Amino acid sequence: MKTIRTCLAAVFTLVSVSALTAFAADIRIAMVTDVGGVNDQSFNQSAWEGLKRAEKDFGIKVAYKESKQDADYAPNMETLTDAGYDLIWGIGFLMGDAIKNTAEINPDQKYAIIDFAYGPETPKNVTCAVFQEEEPSFLVGYIAGKMTKTGKVGFVGGIKFPLIEKFEYGYMAGVKLANPGAEVMSQYAESFTDAAKGKAIANNMYQQGADIVFHASGGVGDGVIEAAKEKGKWAIGVDKDQNFLAPDNVLTSAMKRVDNAIYDIGKRLIEGQFAGGETVVYNLKNEGVGIAPTSSKHVPAEILAEVDGLIAKIKAGELVVPATKEAFDTF
Amino acid sequence: MEGLLNDIAFIIGTTLMYSTPLIFPAIGGVITERSGIINIGLEGMMYFGAFVGAAVAYFTQDPWLGFLCAGLAGASLGLLHAIATVSFSAEQIVSGIAINFLGVGLALFISRLVFDGATQTLTVPNKIPLPLDFLFGDGRLFPSAGFMDLVFNRFATVYIAFALVLVSWFVLYRTRLGMRLRAVGEHPEAADSLGISVFKIRYGAVITSGFLAGLGGAAMSIAVVSRFNNTLISGHGFIALAAMIFGKWKPQGALLACLIFGGAKGLEIFMGAKGVPIPSSLLATLPYILTIVILIGWVGRSQPPAAIGKIFDKGED
Repeated sequence: MKTIRTCLAAVFTLVSVSALTAFAADIRIAMVTDVGGVNDQSFNQSAWEGLKRAEKDFGIKVAYKESKQDADYAPNMETLTDAGYDLIWGIGFLMGDAIKNTAEINPDQKYAIIDFAYGPETPKNVTCAVFQEEEPSFLVGYIAGKMTKTGKVGFVGGIKFPLIEKFEYGYMAGVKLANPGAEVMSQYAESFTDAAKGKAIANNMYQQGADIVFHASGGVGDGVIEAAKEKGKWAIGVDKDQNFLAPDNVLTSAMKRVDNAIYDIGKRLIEGQFAGGETVVYNLKNEGVGIAPTSSKHVPAEILAEVDGLIAKIKAGELVVPATKEAFDTF
Repeated sequence: MEGLLNDIAFIIGTTLMYSTPLIFPAIGGVITERSGIINIGLEGMMYFGAFVGAAVAYFTQDPWLGFLCAGLAGASLGLLHAIATVSFSAEQIVSGIAINFLGVGLALFISRLVFDGATQTLTVPNKIPLPLDFLFGDGRLFPSAGFMDLVFNRFATVYIAFALVLVSWFVLYRTRLGMRLRAVGEHPEAADSLGISVFKIRYGAVITSGFLAGLGGAAMSIAVVSRFNNTLISGHGFIALAAMIFGKWKPQGALLACLIFGGAKGLEIFMGAKGVPIPSSLLATLPYILTIVILIGWVGRSQPPAAIGKIFDKGED
C-alpha cells in the first residue's frame, strides 16, 4: 500500500512539474537594472542571477535592460511593456516612481519592484519585494560583539533614512546581545558614492579603538574596507558576500538575497499565484536574507553555531529584531 | 593632550587624503584655462584615468605603470578636446560636456570587456606606495599611530601633488614657456603676432590638463582605495574646476581651495564622529558652505584670463 502511495505521489509530482514546465515555457520575465548595470556585483547582478536560476529551473524566458542614468527608468519600462513580457521588474528603490507611473498607465501589465513599498497605494498590478535588513545586520552585529577585542565596534551608514537605519539598529541589537558592555560608534556618510569619506570615517573609528566596522553604504563601503585593509582590522560587508574585496579583512557580510526574492516571485507567477497590490517581505524565514558563506573563514565555529541558534529563534518568532530606534531602545 | 593632538592629526590627514585627487585636475584646469581653453571635461578625464589606472595596475601588478597609463588615458581625451576646440574652433563647453560622457562611457565599456561584464575592476595587488613608511613604527624614528604617522605617512601621490603645484607655479611664472602660455590666454592675437604658436601652446596645455586629470583619477583608484568602481569618481572633476576658479586661475590658489575643501571634509567627519547635535545631512553641506564663505571672504573677486573661451582665428584665410 505504502509503495503504491509513494508511486502515486511521485507520478503526481512528475505530472505537476512537467505541467508547470510546459506552461512556464511561454512565460517571459524581464528586469530593468538601475544605473549600476547588470554586473554590479551587488543588487542588479543578484537579481539577474535569480532570473537566470528561474530560467534554468522552469524553462521560462528572461531578459534585462540596463539603465545608464535615472532618466532611463521610465523609457526602459515602456520598452519592455511594449515587448509584452509577463512580468517586469524594477531593481532598486530608485525606480519607485517610474514603476508606479508605468503601472498606472498599463493596468493589465504585471510589475514588481525590489526595495520599495507603496503601502496602501500599491497599484493592483504591482508586487513589492522588501527585506528585513535588520535580521542579517543583527547576526553580523552578534558576531562583531563576540569577536571584538577592544569592546568597540563601528557602523558606517550611507544616507540616513529608515531603510539604512534598519541595518544600524539591527546591528546594534546584535552587538548588545553578544556583548552588553560594547560600545557602537555610528556615523553616516550622507552619500552612497564617496569612498574617501567612508575611508576617513572608518579610519577615525579604528583610531578611536574600534576593531570591527560594519558598513551599509554602497560605494562608500569601498573606503571602509580599504581602511580595514590598511590598518589590519576587520570590516563587515553588505548586500553581497564582499569577502573578495579584502579576503583577510572582511569578516562576514550581511546579505540580501535579491536573487531568492526574484526567483520566488517568478515561481509565484508561473504557479498563477502572483498577487498584485501586495508587499512581500523577505527575511530569514523565507531565505530572503542571511550571512555570507565565507564567514566560516574567520569566524570561529562556536560563534557560528550560536548564530545558527539565533537564526532558529528568529525564524520561530521567539526573537524579534528591532528595526527602528524606538524598538531598539526597548530591546 | 595626546587625544587632542591625534584629533588634529586625523583632520590634517583626512584633508590631505581628500585634497590630493582634486589637486591634480585643478592644476590641469589652471594650465588649460590659462592658455584660453575652458575644460569642463576634467570629470570625464578623471573617470577614465581612474579606470585605466586601476585596470593597468591590476593586470601588470605595477601601480606606477598604472599611474602613468592613467595620465595617458586622460591625455588622450585631452587630445580630443584640443582637436575639437583648437583645430576646429568648437564651442569649448559643449566639447567638454561630450568629453565627460565619453570618459564615463569608454571606462565602463572597456571595463565590461576586460572584467567579465562588470563595471568595476578587481582589487589591485599593489597600491601606490607610502614612501616614508620606513620612518614610522616600533623602534623607528616615530611611533606608529602617533601624530607624525597620522599626518606624514602618506601615499606618494600626496607628495607628487604638492611638488606638482610648485613645478606648475615655477613654469607658469618663471619660464619663457609659462609667459607664452599666459600671453596666449590673455591676448592670442598679440602673442601670435610675436611669433608664438597659439596652436601648439594650446594643444600642449589641453593635453597636459587631461594628463593631470587622469593622474587625479588614479590617485583615487589606486591610492585612496584599491579598485575602480562606477561611482568612485562622482563630481571630483567639477569640484576641482571650482577650486581652480576660487583659486583665481593660479596653482597656489587652486591648492589652497582644494586644501580648504578637504579640511572642511575632515572637520565635518570629525564633528560627526564627536556626535555634535547637528543632523548628518546638514553637516554634510559644511564643506561646500565653508569653502564658499572662506573663499568669498578672503579671496574676493576672481578674474579669468581675458581670452578664455573665445575662438581664436588666425585670420590667414
